[in-house]
Amino acid sequence: MRVILALAVLILGSTGGEIAITHGMKATGEPARLRPLALLQFLGRAVRNGWFWAGVPLMALSFYSLLILLSWEPISLVIPASALSYVVGTLGAKYILGEQVSAARWAGVVLVCVGVALVAAG
Amino acid sequence: MQSERRLRIKTLVMVLAMVVCANVGDLMLKRGMSQIGAVHLTASGLVQAFRLTVANGTIWVGILFLTGFMLSYMTVLSWADYSYVMPAGAFGYALLTLLAVIFLHESVSPRRWVGVVLICVGVLLVGQTRPRTTAVVSEAAA
Repeated sequence: MRVILALAVLILGSTGGEIAITHGMKATGEPARLRPLALLQFLGRAVRNGWFWAGVPLMALSFYSLLILLSWEPISLVIPASALSYVVGTLGAKYILGEQVSAARWAGVVLVCVGVALVAAG
Repeated sequence: MQSERRLRIKTLVMVLAMVVCANVGDLMLKRGMSQIGAVHLTASGLVQAFRLTVANGTIWVGILFLTGFMLSYMTVLSWADYSYVMPAGAFGYALLTLLAVIFLHESVSPRRWVGVVLICVGVLLVGQTRPRTTAVVSEAAA
């Protein structure tokens, strides 16, 4: 039970954090040029966005949950299970961020999810 | 379409930068932590581990690369879909397996090879889709 709970915190924390950061970055807008000065100004705008700072603690929470899980269970179980975050993240992208997830993209996400689980299981 | 092509190229470049930075960063952290040795989970053990960690050059190189990963991730998310970048980044797992075989001559189980093939097919499928499906915010409006 506690493993499932920690896994839920791990997956929801990382996807929730990344979704908040994506939202913040979309509000920031893309950099005018990919040059050092333009990138610095762009990053300056990004860290003044509240959504960025909503995302960071969620990702930190997820990281601590990963450390706790790794102290309970073998890594060959924890990492494959956390591959579920590809599917959870795509659901979040569709329903929270309003991205259009085509059939081809869904198929790719499911293959990546299974593939990462197999690679991590060794 | 010229702009679509440009969007694809710059997304590809940033995803590659993400994958390289994340993998090199993790490798450096792993190498640095193995130089430090197993951490004892007591108050004095943690303090000692912290001291050794901040004094270790390899750890700092790792942190530098992981910062580079975070910056390239943030940058690519300013124009590309999360549901495009996130699965594309999994290409790193496949790359790591190939590098382990080529340079470290590690033996890889059939199960892991199946995983590598699934990741590559999956990333190619996601790569076929449009990198951006939401409205564009131009810098002038920001």
